[in-house]
Amino acid sequence: MRRRYWPLTTIRSKRMSNHDRPLSPHISIYRWPITMVLSILHRVSGAALSVGFVVLVVWLFDAASGPETYAIFLSAMDTVIGKLALVGWTFAFFYHLSNGVRHLVWDSGRGFEKQQANRSSWLVLISAVALTAVFWWGAS
Amino acid sequence: MSLRSPLGRVLGLGTAKDGTSHWWGQRISAIGLLFLGLWFAWWLATMPGFSHGDVVAVIGRPVNSVLLLLLSVTLGYHSYLGVQVVIEDYVHAPGLKVVTLLLSRFAHILLAAAAVFAILKIGLNA
Repeated sequence: MRRRYWPLTTIRSKRMSNHDRPLSPHISIYRWPITMVLSILHRVSGAALSVGFVVLVVWLFDAASGPETYAIFLSAMDTVIGKLALVGWTFAFFYHLSNGVRHLVWDSGRGFEKQQANRSSWLVLISAVALTAVFWWGAS
Repeated sequence: MSLRSPLGRVLGLGTAKDGTSHWWGQRISAIGLLFLGLWFAWWLATMPGFSHGDVVAVIGRPVNSVLLLLLSVTLGYHSYLGVQVVIEDYVHAPGLKVVTLLLSRFAHILLAAAAVFAILKIGLNA
């Protein structure tokens, strides 16, 4: 069922007879469209991947530095937090990649209709989850 | 009637002073990363093991070294462009904005240089 949100201004005027009229959403009382969630997630995943880039470079650098330094890196990653972070980064990666392809399609001028944008949103989410699952299935 | 000066029209750089180069750089590096990234994910998932010996042997193989070099540089560039937009969106104080942008640029160049050096060191030792 669709939730209804009452802007403050409407609550005040509810005693008026026309309170069942369609409501315009208030800035903070707003059902998020799926496209908005994906847009925010694209920036958040991109920022997370920039941090992941640091870890990738540390991994390469520690491997080049020798077995002792590399062992410190491995032990840091072999913790609950380290493993959760790795799973998070793979999801962020596959999400950013899938949604990036969606952006490239948009750049070609296609897929801007509301229905298409909503459908491609779900396609991106399914693709990101599936690729993450395939990655960890392949890695184990 | 256009209010742009004839010189401005010829240069075609707009108010941001660097035209569409940021937009194009982001797209081209994105397309590169689409392929390099999928290769990297596949490469990581099929890695024989993550011991020091395993990792050094696999990174040192010429094909892997070259692709890792391309990945590191492209990733650093793409990450820099993305972080730049985030900083420009959220950091408004002019001085702080310039300092943050410069720090981000230095950090990304440092990371790319470290990655390139590490890959070359492993690759040339193998």
